[in-house]
Amino acid sequence: MLISPRNFHWVFLLLLLSDAAAQDWPYFVTYSHALEEPGNLEIEFKGTQGSPKYGNSFVGGTIEFEYGVKGWWTSELYLSGQHTSNDSTVFTGFRWENRFRPLLEEHFINPVLYVEYENVNEADRSFLEVVGHDNVADLRIPNAESRNKTERALELKLILSRNAHGWNYSGNFIAEKTLNESEPWEFGYAAGVSRPLAFAASPQPCLLCRENFAAGAELYGGLGTADGFGLRGTSHYLGPTVAFSVPSGPAFTFSPVFGLNDNSLGVLYRFKISYEIEQIFGRLRRSSR
Amino acid sequence: MIRSAWICVFLLCIVQGVAADSPHWTRASPKDRARANPYANQDDAVRAGRRLFDDHCAKCHGADALGRGKRPNLRSREVQEATDGEIFWLLTNGSLRKGMPSWSALPEASRWQLVTFLKSLRVAEGSRPAQQAGGPENEP
Repeated sequence: MLISPRNFHWVFLLLLLSDAAAQDWPYFVTYSHALEEPGNLEIEFKGTQGSPKYGNSFVGGTIEFEYGVKGWWTSELYLSGQHTSNDSTVFTGFRWENRFRPLLEEHFINPVLYVEYENVNEADRSFLEVVGHDNVADLRIPNAESRNKTERALELKLILSRNAHGWNYSGNFIAEKTLNESEPWEFGYAAGVSRPLAFAASPQPCLLCRENFAAGAELYGGLGTADGFGLRGTSHYLGPTVAFSVPSGPAFTFSPVFGLNDNSLGVLYRFKISYEIEQIFGRLRRSSR
Repeated sequence: MIRSAWICVFLLCIVQGVAADSPHWTRASPKDRARANPYANQDDAVRAGRRLFDDHCAKCHGADALGRGKRPNLRSREVQEATDGEIFWLLTNGSLRKGMPSWSALPEASRWQLVTFLKSLRVAEGSRPAQQAGGPENEP
């Protein structure tokens, strides 16, 4: 037996004792070419708060488990739910994605292939991507109605990313196909730019020094469908993003994004907390001895 | 649709296989190998590099940098005799197939500070060579 019941509580204590500083950029929708380090598990909570006009305000929450399978392969599981005021709290579904780096060295532009299977209902408010004609009107449908319609979809992304002079530039092209209904491919995009506030590390241990902060901006939205590609009837969001990483501790990210047209929500407040556990299986093995 | 997905996976495997045949350390260009470390021999950079090492590298290479399991000893003669430019190149590109991540998300200045710290370690006499753990050509 890998872990005996007697020392099971020590496992959690060990997991909490130390962790690693992740290489993540402060994005909510955009992916860069930074993958999870092999053997590390990152646990992340992403929240989204919005108040649609003529609708009830909501809070969407997604917990993510991101594991570095190989240096060139990261796998991630997402579990999502939401609460809508004057309505209800519902579990909205799961996603499972894998990211692959086909080129094993740094290039001018670094591509990553992203493949995701999602099984979520239409009450989902996670805003992990915006595709097709996703619209603010979708957010006014009561949970009792929207949760009954489950969408099983395949989502593909082409991630292009570059780190240069301390900055990261990332752009994603998104294509999503619903598998359980005959709907056309839906398309979307996401782009982000960010940098740490200091490029060189401080020689002294510090909590609030500039190197522990990163700032940037993110833009994402829909690009219509295969039957009607373009910006017509689509929603788009743009906003700043800022992150603070506690040395050898969790990272906090906050981003208010603003809707750019009438199809979009006025403002979305996004926040996430992420915590990386180093070499999770090695740690479990050691704790079981 | 499913057939297309399998074709993508198959092509990805081919790309990975072809890339695996190339030796890693030797891929650094002469220009990269000759790059000068702007923080060389600076005490502040050694201290900053130590902090970065503790945050990012010690989990695999050990707090003493002597390596852990299959993870290489960074105080071996091979690593210590590598040029600053070669170590910087390896930090930037990683060796993804062997499990060493790319640290390109760290700003250049921080990567040079890490190099300065690693070169300050000197060779640990009697320690195992880097090859026992995969060799400096594959993992720093």
